Amino acid sequence: MFDIKSEAKGLVSHGVSACAGCGLELIIRNVLEILGEDTLIVIPPGCSALFCGYGNETALKIGGFQGNLENTAAYAAGIKAGLEMQGNNHTTVLAFAGDGATLDIGIQSLSGMIERGDKVLYICYDNEAYMNTGIQGSSSTPQGASTTTTPGGKVTPRKDLMQIVIAHRIPYAATASPANLADLKRKVKKAKETDGPAVLHIHTPCPTGWAFHPSKTIKISKAAVDTGAWMLYEYDNGTLKVNYKPKSLKPVGEYFKLQGRFKNISQEEVSIIQENINSRFNELLLGS
Amino acid sequence: MLRMQMQQEKHMKKQKKYRVLGPMASVFESMKTGSWRLERPKVEFSQCSKCGTCERYCPANVITIHKEKEECVQFIWDYCKGCGICANVCPKDCISMVDERGEE
Ligand SMILES: Cc1ncc(C[n+]2csc(CCOP(=O)(O)OP(=O)(O)O)c2C)c(N)n1
Ligand code: SF4
Ligand code: SF4
Ligand code: SF4
Ligand SMILES: [Mg+2]
Repeated sequence: MFDIKSEAKGLVSHGVSACAGCGLELIIRNVLEILGEDTLIVIPPGCSALFCGYGNETALKIGGFQGNLENTAAYAAGIKAGLEMQGNNHTTVLAFAGDGATLDIGIQSLSGMIERGDKVLYICYDNEAYMNTGIQGSSSTPQGASTTTTPGGKVTPRKDLMQIVIAHRIPYAATASPANLADLKRKVKKAKETDGPAVLHIHTPCPTGWAFHPSKTIKISKAAVDTGAWMLYEYDNGTLKVNYKPKSLKPVGEYFKLQGRFKNISQEEVSIIQENINSRFNELLLGS
Repeated sequence: MLRMQMQQEKHMKKQKKYRVLGPMASVFESMKTGSWRLERPKVEFSQCSKCGTCERYCPANVITIHKEKEECVQFIWDYCKGCGICANVCPKDCISMVDERGEE
């Protein structure tokens, strides 16, 4: 079905114009390694659209297309319904969308997809801003981070995607990070096997938008997990489970100082964020 | 309800019909992103434990470990972007980033 102009080891081309050190590139490779060829993908505009190609060229050996920012989940749900009408119960339908496409512009369509119980695997790779259009802040930009629309640092905390989808009583939802690829792949497998909607929220370090050297992508994702700036947990049929429980979280300042976007954050603000992290982490531990 | 549906159909019937294969792209292509590289990873093979960490974390997936070869870490230079992640994650610290033009 594909006209292979240049070979690749996996389902993703080696030469994709994502920035050097892009976390998203590492994530999509790991996701598709688990899902395999029997997958259809819907990608909205954003950095991930680099993978579904331009014109008739694509960087993926699976079928898919670029939709709109508003309706990734609706497209995916429709494709799944179409496949079911044809008697196909094996193909995985993957929605692969950024934070802007998920938490802001496409939130209604995601909400509908979960409420209807459509069997779609929805992945939000979260680089914490509208990167592809020039680093504008999104509702998932963390407090204190500087973007082109929050130059002095974002003053409000981020929306919590996990709590939103859990409020829909979703069968399976999990956070993941390139800091722990084995955990990420296990969750992709679990989400694929879920009989109903599944959402994965994946932390996605972005050297260009977060202002750090491209070689530090993994170091930064590990710092995020060690400090609790990104928490690894899953919600499986009503049960909450924290996947990474250090005895104590490292101070969040250790994560901030690695990135230019937090350069001008005040000590006072760091303390407020630290308190929020501590109380959220305790809440999760109590809930699990 | 039915009237609304008919209203829509009226317009849809007026549309021209095209036979299209798509909107799905089907030509699998790669860009030669190796040309972006300012620095390239250089491995001290004698120190390498062949653990595969660099291979696992390379965003471009251009590293292959050959356990039996002396030059046990192989790169696809056409696509390596020179990001330096492999050097950064190597537990043996045996990858260094060298100037792309400095070495032959
Ligand atoms: C309704 C709508 N508004 C704005 C745009 C312009 N636009 C294209 S990509 C993009 C950024 C999307 O951000 P995100 O979903 O976070 O993905 P990222 O680029 O960060 O990977 C925007 C705003 C659009 N295509 N559609
Ligand atoms: S802007 Fe960020 S997310 Fe987008 S391709 Fe570059 S590194 Fe990746
Ligand atoms: S990470 Fe380092 S030690 Fe491990 S295989 Fe790569 S070069 Fe060798
Ligand atoms: S420099 Fe980056 S792209 Fe090149 S091999 Fe290392 S990790 Fe891969
Ligand atoms: Mg984004």
